[in-house]
Amino acid sequence: MDSVGIMDKVFLLPLIMASSFVIILFVGKRFSERVTSSIGIGAVGACFVLSLVIGAQWINRVDNPPTGAAAVAAEEACLGGPGDDPQAREGGGRGAEPGSAERGAPTGAAPGESAAVLGQEGGGSTESPSAEGGQAESAQAKRGETIPVCASITWFETAVSTSQTIKFEAGTVLDGLSALMLFVVSIISLLVHIYSKEYLHDDRRFTHYYAFLSLFTASMLFFVLGSNSLQMLVGWELVGVCSFVLIGHWWEEGNNTYAALKAFLTNRVGDTGLIIGVIVTFFAAGATSFNVFRLNEAALSGKVSSTLLLIGAIALFWGVTSKSGQFPLHTWLPDAMAGPTPVSALIHAATMVVAGVYLIARLYGVFYAGLQINNNTINYVAFIGGFTALIGAGLAFVQKDIKKVLAYSTVSQLGYMVMALGVGAWTAAVFHLFTHAFFKASMFLGAGSVSHACHHTFDMDEMGGLKKKMPITRWTFMFSGFALAGIFPFAGFFSKDEILAGAANGQGGNAYTIMLVFGLVVAFMTAAYMGRTYYRTFEGEYRGHAHPHESPKIMTIPLIILTTFATIGGVVNFPGKLTEWLRLPQTFGGRLEHYVQPEWAGRFPTLDVAEFNPWLATGSVLLALLGMFIGIGWYANRLYERKLTERSKVLHAGYTFLANKYYLDALYENVIRDRGVFPLARASYWFNQYVVDGIVNAVGVGSRSVGNFLYKYLDQGAIDGAVNGTGIVSDESGQLLRRIQTGKVQQYAALFFFGATVLTIFFVVFIR
Amino acid sequence: MQLAQIVVQDTGSFFRTPLTYVVFIPIVGALFMMLIPRAQESFIKWAALITSLLAFGVSLFVAAKFDYNAAKPEFFANLPWIPVINSRYIVGIDGISLPLLLLTTFIVPLCIIYSWKHFPEPHNPKAFLILILVLETGMVGSFIALDLILFFVFFEIVLLPMYFMIGVWGGEQRQYASIKFFLFTLFGSALMIISFLALYFLSAKVMVDGQPMNSFDMMLLPELARGISATWALVIFGGFFIGFGIKVPIFPFHTWLPDAHTQAPTVGSVILAAVLLKLGTYGFVRIAVPILPDAARSWAPWIGLVAVIGIIYGALCCLAQTDMKRLIAFSSVAHMGFVMLAIASLTPFGFNAAVFGMVAHGLITGMLFFLAGSTKERYHTLEINRLGGLLVSAPRMGWILGLTAMASLGLPGLAGFWGEFPAILSSYKPTSPDYVTSFFGVEMQPLFQGYMVVAVLGTVFAAGYLLWLYQRVAFGTPKEEFAHDPHLHDVTKPEWIAWLPMLVLIVVLGVYPNLIFRTTNDSAKRATAVLTRQSEQTGGTGGEGSGTGEAAPPPSGGGNGG
Repeated sequence: MDSVGIMDKVFLLPLIMASSFVIILFVGKRFSERVTSSIGIGAVGACFVLSLVIGAQWINRVDNPPTGAAAVAAEEACLGGPGDDPQAREGGGRGAEPGSAERGAPTGAAPGESAAVLGQEGGGSTESPSAEGGQAESAQAKRGETIPVCASITWFETAVSTSQTIKFEAGTVLDGLSALMLFVVSIISLLVHIYSKEYLHDDRRFTHYYAFLSLFTASMLFFVLGSNSLQMLVGWELVGVCSFVLIGHWWEEGNNTYAALKAFLTNRVGDTGLIIGVIVTFFAAGATSFNVFRLNEAALSGKVSSTLLLIGAIALFWGVTSKSGQFPLHTWLPDAMAGPTPVSALIHAATMVVAGVYLIARLYGVFYAGLQINNNTINYVAFIGGFTALIGAGLAFVQKDIKKVLAYSTVSQLGYMVMALGVGAWTAAVFHLFTHAFFKASMFLGAGSVSHACHHTFDMDEMGGLKKKMPITRWTFMFSGFALAGIFPFAGFFSKDEILAGAANGQGGNAYTIMLVFGLVVAFMTAAYMGRTYYRTFEGEYRGHAHPHESPKIMTIPLIILTTFATIGGVVNFPGKLTEWLRLPQTFGGRLEHYVQPEWAGRFPTLDVAEFNPWLATGSVLLALLGMFIGIGWYANRLYERKLTERSKVLHAGYTFLANKYYLDALYENVIRDRGVFPLARASYWFNQYVVDGIVNAVGVGSRSVGNFLYKYLDQGAIDGAVNGTGIVSDESGQLLRRIQTGKVQQYAALFFFGATVLTIFFVVFIR
Repeated sequence: MQLAQIVVQDTGSFFRTPLTYVVFIPIVGALFMMLIPRAQESFIKWAALITSLLAFGVSLFVAAKFDYNAAKPEFFANLPWIPVINSRYIVGIDGISLPLLLLTTFIVPLCIIYSWKHFPEPHNPKAFLILILVLETGMVGSFIALDLILFFVFFEIVLLPMYFMIGVWGGEQRQYASIKFFLFTLFGSALMIISFLALYFLSAKVMVDGQPMNSFDMMLLPELARGISATWALVIFGGFFIGFGIKVPIFPFHTWLPDAHTQAPTVGSVILAAVLLKLGTYGFVRIAVPILPDAARSWAPWIGLVAVIGIIYGALCCLAQTDMKRLIAFSSVAHMGFVMLAIASLTPFGFNAAVFGMVAHGLITGMLFFLAGSTKERYHTLEINRLGGLLVSAPRMGWILGLTAMASLGLPGLAGFWGEFPAILSSYKPTSPDYVTSFFGVEMQPLFQGYMVVAVLGTVFAAGYLLWLYQRVAFGTPKEEFAHDPHLHDVTKPEWIAWLPMLVLIVVLGVYPNLIFRTTNDSAKRATAVLTRQSEQTGGTGGEGSGTGEAAPPPSGGGNGG
């Protein structure tokens, strides 16, 4: 009954994409666009199919969870060492565990080989050698839990103390969360690969584009599958590099390179937190493993100092802050729109930017315990998430560029997800990640389609009235917009509502009321700016000068597919109560909760899952409708012509504040960079040249003078007075030290050995 | 203190250990090349290349036969050399020196290939290549020597060829730079030899041929030097600190480096960055710390301090540079800061990180200097403001520069990361002595955690200066003056041959760091094991420990045992 299937071979997915990268990069130039793109599409298509198979196998595993020896073996594989029984698990301090010194040492497998061949129980004939005897009892207790499927190899081994050498592993984790992410990443990547074929047709760097699209997908899959925080750090940075390269895709223009640099450097600022967080959690968990389950386990054991966990969680969150565009490091994300639009859809909306959300979800034990989510009514993560959602939505109102609207909307929605995690609504966050990926990718690609039609502009002032010219783009954009705004029954409604319910419900009876208010306000604002954007783009009169036309099928089909998910994706986690009321079969509801939310005692907190709340749902939908109504009405009735922002001082100030992006860029660039770092750099260099080096040169000049003096009066004067000093006097001019030329070095060497001898004598005489 | 219990016996044979061949093949080749007439350039080049490849081949043989679990010097030989002072020909190689030995013998042939078609002015390949080979002997010798005097001789052999390379084949300010390089490092050597001699005279004696003698044996000294008083241990370590530190270079003894690098010919810069700087850090790992562990623990907060100053200061100076090569030179100061920080942690993980950092820095910065040299050759300038659009003019070179810059800023998946991240990690929890409780009022662990945070900030700066450099050099379109320059060609064949192995290694080590970690681990454990042994300072030497006026070096606690 227990079958691992190909779930322990998931490393194949990133490997396929990496191979695709290598092939395209090194030989792609020799091929036509068609062949190049086919390689990429073929590779990512294969990944997509595999992700479906893997997803099905995971569902099967949840339905028939492994028991007995298989469960123990699976647990061992995932913990990178002998699984401990529940008692030991509560013990927490794992430094004392037997066998930890050789953690990950495969039993009977050659080092470097797949260390943990999992659950090969097959028909119940073979059993993992270490899963016997005393552990059978604990295995019994694990019935009902679905242990992830893990596989690993030794990555590197190093001593952490003079007595303890640890083999650090690189491995894959396949559980509901990563299976879901595999699906999301590969399907969106696939559609973007297909879409790009037309969108980047005849581009000057078509080959490189496809190569890096592949590398990005590989890195993202690697990140998602990583079984330890160090590996996730690697994937995290690799996706960052791909983002850098793809934002700067058209690097001839200064703006693009600037945006690319800004993205990378802002992320580096965040990475400081990630690095520190990885280190702190590593030590908090006993300094033996980076394994995510070990980290969660240690955090949830209650044995680790809560201050340390808090520092670890906040530090990790600083990494999330940059990658997932949270306040105050979100500023790079809108600028990242300088890259090609499909890239924006894939990397800067659907996948890479949710890496931070994924990180929190993966290390949820650390965050849950560190932030004490169950004992609070507000915490740092929830607040930053909610606040980001708010300010992102605010900025989306004042953008002319349709991609920038979507970018700020992404910032805002990422904030929503982070807020959800902050209030303990784990499944809701992951659910929203899932639905958002589809509707936002759809809207980005829709914007790309519009731009494709309108002379490559993204300025909404040059759009309008496109609904007749581009019906498919219009419908897909509209439906996705409904999903984003959270209108029933589109996918976004369900996920957003679950977040709101989660905030209202909280954990351990503490409602996150403030976050609920934030969430409702954002829901209203989101609908309003989406109404505005939709109206400005598709309704009214056409204001541009191009001849818009619908995009070819290769672009519209991905749009349709994405929109389909955006429309009906809500069924994935249909609320249980709603299922009852609608008399749908019981299995219809709460699937995500059932299949994705981990159930593994000690490695994942026990969460209160909020019930569907009809009042909240109705209220939020009404708010959204109201927002949409206002957003559209404002433009449909030409209210903007009343120039409210110019007549009211308060509104004008507000507008200026928004238009300047809360002055954050000014703070970073004009103050911190131009008034801080650069002057400091110049001062350091001045110090280097005139102080440190000045002393060095002065010593040089000084010793030369002494040498001259000795030479002139002692050597020449006293010993050989008859001979005139010749060479020395002749060359007074010239730069510093110049006269100490090749010939004189021997003199110095002689002096040096002389000095050394004197000092040696000193030592010998005075010390003995 | 004078108990002559250890009896030294000759072991191994001069001609049987392959290390003898690795170290002397280059100089024999150089001697042979002296016989070749200057006019026969291609013969000279091939002779040099074959010599260096032979040395590389033997070192590969060493690596293949190396027992990675032995954790003691292998291919060991211990033979009399200068009997009157009991300085011996002791050579051997362990997990710490093996990667550096390989790095050295690996880089040299690549340098020879790189200069194949274009020797810097005033040309003269014969002299140039002979110097490189002499240099190689010095570098290899330093890594295999296990006798302090032997080490010192090789260490000094390195100096002269490099001095001439900078002084003869260098840039416009070569005189100044070469003298500065020479005197500065000589000053370091002076402190070093004094420390060696002090160690020699102060430590316990061994029995040689029935006679009690002092010893220069690096393997025995950790044991022999236990009796040295805490104060003198601190003083001697101070000598090492400055002596090796100049070579690393640590702040504030680093100013010779940017000048030397900027003025040196390309190959000189590459060797300087790839190998010569490692002699300093290697000295810490091999000599200073294992022999004087207690002093090392007292000095550790200072080492850590100069390390993080170097990281930030080097990075800030990079941001102020207008010359590409000078920028790369300053980046060395920052990167070696990570290595020093790893050493200061005094943990086995830190030592592993340090060796990895040395190798990674050697490959990456060596590669950056290659690229700078090739840029100079094409543009005849390294003024960053005049460059631009390298990706247009020479796309492959632009990509290589991008990859190398990414490696240099410590991107995971490339070699640089494994020098940087473990260094940062190991400083979270250093091996700190129980008798040093605070450093200017800060406890050890918080102190090093503070260093850790500063070092992490350094990674942001590293990304800043490298990518900013890349933006200005590679992105955009070429400047007017170079827009149609026919000299701007892409990577040439010798360049490919010289660079590809390095690039491959940068990637391979980045993906599978175990290649180095597994090699160094046992030796790092052994080197740091002495740090956890019980301090014996309280007993042996009576009153000296109690801080007389001579206890000049500032390490807190002054080593007052107890």
